[in-house]
Amino acid sequence: MPKTKFEPSIISRPVYGELKPKNGKSHLLIADVEGAQAILDLAKKAPTGFFNQAHIIYIPRHTGETYLAKLQKLNAKQHYVGPSFGAAQQRIQRVLSDAHNGLQIYLAGSEGLIGQAMREAIGLGFPHQAIQTEHRGSKARRMQCVHCKGVTEDVSTDPFECSHCGLSLFVRDHYSRRLAAFQGVCVDAEDPGNVPDKMEIT
Amino acid sequence: MGIEFNKETYRGDYTFTNSPTAIKRFPFPFDKDSYMYAVNMEPHTPVREGSVYYNSFDVDEHYVSEMADRAMVLDEDPLRCQSLPHMELAGWDLLELIMAAKAKDYPDLFKLTCDGDKWHWVNKPLGIDETFTFMDASTLPYGPMEYITRQTQGDFCLLDQREENLWMDAGMITTQADWSLDFDIGMNFFEWHAPVPLAHEKGIFIRALKFLLNIQQGAPARRLNWTMTVNPLLDTSPENYHKWGIQKTTLTPENVGSKQYLRVELQSFFRLPRSNGMVFPIRCYLIKLEDLVTYPKWARRFHRVIRDLPVELATYKGFIDNRPMILDYLAQFDDGAETSPGVWPED
Repeated sequence: MPKTKFEPSIISRPVYGELKPKNGKSHLLIADVEGAQAILDLAKKAPTGFFNQAHIIYIPRHTGETYLAKLQKLNAKQHYVGPSFGAAQQRIQRVLSDAHNGLQIYLAGSEGLIGQAMREAIGLGFPHQAIQTEHRGSKARRMQCVHCKGVTEDVSTDPFECSHCGLSLFVRDHYSRRLAAFQGVCVDAEDPGNVPDKMEIT
Repeated sequence: MGIEFNKETYRGDYTFTNSPTAIKRFPFPFDKDSYMYAVNMEPHTPVREGSVYYNSFDVDEHYVSEMADRAMVLDEDPLRCQSLPHMELAGWDLLELIMAAKAKDYPDLFKLTCDGDKWHWVNKPLGIDETFTFMDASTLPYGPMEYITRQTQGDFCLLDQREENLWMDAGMITTQADWSLDFDIGMNFFEWHAPVPLAHEKGIFIRALKFLLNIQQGAPARRLNWTMTVNPLLDTSPENYHKWGIQKTTLTPENVGSKQYLRVELQSFFRLPRSNGMVFPIRCYLIKLEDLVTYPKWARRFHRVIRDLPVELATYKGFIDNRPMILDYLAQFDDGAETSPGVWPED
């Protein structure tokens, strides 16, 4: 699967690159869904011994077993497969807070995974510019409702219903790294009930 | 000085009103008959006694009621006031800046006595008499930023300066033109302005940031911004947009003069001494069209500005649907006569 292409957008909208092996004492690779392929592609370019100092945290979700055997073959020093970001979160926090100078961080997969892992790293003082990211798979977004503040995961249409308060929200490109979420704003405030047809987010 | 404070509301029955004095000193933002974004910064130094540009922090007839409205917003939603942990020092800087300025500019209303770090603050209009230890937050009922901005008109963005950028790391935001502190906190200058159309392409924010980073202590700057609001509603927050958005549809040709308000932000920029941060007060002034057009120069000019404003800006400012009705109203006051340069109503 090729890397995701996004239309140019506003400055707060995250942009993603392509994972490349960097020199470092250790490597933390966090991915979900098709992000596994970004790790596999990075492995083709990685120097010998790269994975001897690597920790892979992978959340397959709907991709099931598609990538598990291939990732396993990379023989990372530590290899974890978990059911959700929430389940992996404390492990990620522990790894980041134990980290020494020279840790390289690589994030790949959905915007929700990249954003939330990024937030953990920034919270512990890692500069966001130093963290590599690569988007793969669905363009679904993690959205915060500006009204009730609830977060709805995996939003794939615009507009969508807030999973907390039920308002119909339109999907903005304005993004908060601190919340790891885009902003959703009531779509029919000025004309209640007039909700536009849902469009797939592209 | 003798300000008589109005008893008025910014919600529900909307009894907010401007006296003839307040109308005359309204910060009309257009110095010519057209508008486009510009950095438009000038030194924040006194201009014309009695004008809103005369004191560091203008106190006017709306002070007491505006502070009551802020308290209501904060009761409903405490997240309108937030401060990241490293911003407390900047909060003390702000408290000192405001207390010293108000005590100097309005000695009949505010009094500050400092005996070392033992400070005594008297705010007569709000009935506050507080003794506290400067730099010891446990001696105040709120953190220093929240304490002083509950007593000062306008929103306040408290900015950290690092990496050649400004970071929105604290604020008191209850009268905002549709942006969310809770969402934007922690963003840098370019990120929090990301949704503004056209200005990025024009390089406005690059130039503005360069200007702001160089502001020195004791040499504040200011600029004006503007938008349109239906009803004198201070709390036009995105948080409550699903509640107030509908009010935009209540305009009719009969009520547009009394319900449509021009909303002007007097933005100022001060360097803070200890933290080397900045404070960015955004003071909101509201005037209904009926009052605005009592000055023929303003009436003519405002008609031309609204008529010729690019669609993107009218959309961003949220009045594109109501623009035809607003123009029909304003057109009757525009006889095509020439207007004099500058913002002052009677020059």
